[in-house]
Amino acid sequence: MPQTFQFTVNGKAVTVALDNEETPLINVLRNELGLMGTRFGCGLEQCGCCMVLIDGAPEKCCAKPVYSVAGKSVTTIEGLGTPERPHPLQQAFLDEQAGQCGYCLSGIIVSAKALLDSNPSPTRAEIAAALDGNICRCGSHNRIMRAVEKAAAVIRAGAQS
Amino acid sequence: MNAPLPGPLADNPRLDRWVAFPTPGTVTILTGRVEIGQGVLTAMAQIAADELDVALERIDIYSGDTEATPNEGYTAGSQSIQFGGVALRQALADVRALFLSQAAQVLGCEAGELSVHDGQILRGGAPTAQDYWTLAGSVNLAVDATGTGRRKAVSAFKTIGASAARLDLPNKVFGAPAFIHDMTLPGMVHARVVRQPNRGASIASIDEAAIKRAAKGAIEFVRTGDFLAVIGDDETTVEWAGAAANNHVAWQNVEAPAASQQEATWLLQRPAIDRPFGAPASADPQGKERFEATYTRGYLAHASISPSCGLALFKDGRLTVWTHCQGVFPLRAALARELGIAADKISVHHVQGSGCYGHNGADDAAADAAIIALQKPGVPIRVRWRREEEFVFEPKTPAMVVKVRALLDESGKPSDWTQEIWSPTHNLRPGAGGNLLGALALPNPPAAPPPGDVPEANGGGATRNGEPLYAIPAKRILHHLVTETPVRTSALRGLGAMPNVFALECAIDELAERAGIDPVAYRLSITSDPRARAVIEKVSAMATWDAQAPAGTGVGRGIAFARYKNKAAYSAVVVELQVEEEIRLRHVWCATDAGLVVNPDGAINQLEGGIIQSASWVLKEQVRFDSGVASFDWETYPVLKFSEVPEIDVELINTRDEVPLGVGEATAGPTAAAIGNAVSHALGARIRDLPLTRERIMATLLQS
Repeated sequence: MPQTFQFTVNGKAVTVALDNEETPLINVLRNELGLMGTRFGCGLEQCGCCMVLIDGAPEKCCAKPVYSVAGKSVTTIEGLGTPERPHPLQQAFLDEQAGQCGYCLSGIIVSAKALLDSNPSPTRAEIAAALDGNICRCGSHNRIMRAVEKAAAVIRAGAQS
Repeated sequence: MNAPLPGPLADNPRLDRWVAFPTPGTVTILTGRVEIGQGVLTAMAQIAADELDVALERIDIYSGDTEATPNEGYTAGSQSIQFGGVALRQALADVRALFLSQAAQVLGCEAGELSVHDGQILRGGAPTAQDYWTLAGSVNLAVDATGTGRRKAVSAFKTIGASAARLDLPNKVFGAPAFIHDMTLPGMVHARVVRQPNRGASIASIDEAAIKRAAKGAIEFVRTGDFLAVIGDDETTVEWAGAAANNHVAWQNVEAPAASQQEATWLLQRPAIDRPFGAPASADPQGKERFEATYTRGYLAHASISPSCGLALFKDGRLTVWTHCQGVFPLRAALARELGIAADKISVHHVQGSGCYGHNGADDAAADAAIIALQKPGVPIRVRWRREEEFVFEPKTPAMVVKVRALLDESGKPSDWTQEIWSPTHNLRPGAGGNLLGALALPNPPAAPPPGDVPEANGGGATRNGEPLYAIPAKRILHHLVTETPVRTSALRGLGAMPNVFALECAIDELAERAGIDPVAYRLSITSDPRARAVIEKVSAMATWDAQAPAGTGVGRGIAFARYKNKAAYSAVVVELQVEEEIRLRHVWCATDAGLVVNPDGAINQLEGGIIQSASWVLKEQVRFDSGVASFDWETYPVLKFSEVPEIDVELINTRDEVPLGVGEATAGPTAAAIGNAVSHALGARIRDLPLTRERIMATLLQS
């Protein structure tokens, strides 16, 4: 018998019916809701490709059972911005050309969003620490950290004006 | 008499294999090179924009498709721009000439009066109402290239040489479907393979009930020979079944790599084929001062951030495969060879995956999907490897032992150089005869290919960069091609270049120290190639090298240089680091001469990536064995983290040269050696074995 689970994804209420309450959130996002932006990297909560915000906190969702997010608010990379209305982080990543293969970027941008939400003026060391749960194998680290610094400055300037 | 066509164009002379003008205002460029995170599609679009005189925005680029694009073999070896880019330029120069000739006929003038501006044909600089698209119907591109179209001069480039934003990045930044993993087909089912542990292992028993219990949902078994897979509609169920199956399938004839086989020195006593290159053995060296040192590097994983994925559909006698591998044509040939289907019944399409850095599991995942699809006609199959499966079963880059022997002249400079290399093959790609992993479990498994390595003409495998570029009167390589290995080995970024450059550039530093000469001055004193001198001088200026501190203070600087393959880009690297119990990289400077650079920011991105990946190899990475591959996740195979990455400054020089030189792998060797030399400078003692782990540093400190 399928069970139903209700939660919010990118501001919209969703209800999914699943045979197994332990289905990882990533598979619900990708295979049930068609949100492919949350990438699968390991299934072990080690690499950070699948980072999402759950009630505003960054969490890896590749091994997170769907029942644990019932009633909660989930934000994925698709919920940050669009090509027409990019989030300052997304714009900064494009400006800095911060990526090579780009597979890790969804999770990294979500981790950076959580950082800037709690710390609008992070130092380079704080940015690095906040991203240490995300692996980038191509070696785009410095560009990525520059992009986060740039986005932080844009967000601060926007808050002041 | 025409000049010979560039290689890839000679192989694929039909012009409609390179370009099409399907709709007004757009140009479709077809390329056999595929995107693996290196930005090649953006660079090819830039090349096309300049050679055809159209805006970059008009270019649609389509790549890696056996049914449509040129066959350019593998996207590997930093060859895409150096060779593929030149081929595309010539193809488009021919196409442009055909269009101008047709326009001249239509307009009743000489082609020499005409020019092109953003696809519009101009006569004497004025519009003519003709453009590529009005003419496309009357220009026959189903003809072979002649090589008579004149390629643009470097001075005429507008798009080439200007940094362009990556075309593929927006989808990745906004979380749109961008990868093969995000692909779905109607009626697609998910699959996981229960991996045969090794060639020759056979299934003794399967506890299907236990696997079904673990799946917690509907699954089906697909078996042919000892190839076993679980499939089902729900990915979660299939993933759980695939993970659990390891504990519920018993195998016979299992051979697991042992801990004793883990270190490179294990290779020294193994059966090998001796391959000598270069100068004959030196005459009696009596009276000459000698230097000898041995350097080692363990097995490495590609450790791609996405586990490999493949899709396949077998329908109406035709097999269609989607893959993120580096060569769709070689994969098609291997599928035909090892699965017993005619190649003309197979289509292979490239879809992007994550960075692969060489021969990872991509080809094998595609073959897995194909094998299952053949068992389930009409059903689209999606295989995605598990993380553990990726680490354990991807081909590893081989461990290597490199022994440097040099004879020195009176001034302490090398007069005779021998680089003796023990290494298994660096090439078991399907296109080199390497087997597809899943095929080994089939009822009639293919034979193992004969031992071999990448030919010297292609830069060599284990021998790559084994010969110093320095002015040394006699240079030779002796490669012992080790033919028995505990794990499958194949290509990783730079192949043998990293261990060889690590060895020879550390040896050069040891010789400089022995001679009492500064490492930069010593290198310059034995360097005659002006481009090599230029990058060494440039990087030492960037790093203000001449303020080098005394050795043994805990802070060190090191320099290293190589020209990749001795025929691609020149790169010199300076590293500054601090050593306590562990190594802390502070700053890396890099000067590179890659000749003509199409996308400078893209090239710098590649060089930075190569520096960080090499630093990760040198400081952290080694595949461990312990009754099997014991590096199976990101905790047992850690890589460099954000907080461990140094500041990096990269500068390109000589970027408007006529000839492009491959850049993607240029920094791997110099970075490794510069770190080795900086650690030696910091400690006042040399570590010759990689990775430079805490244990090795502590042991060195205790000895010194």
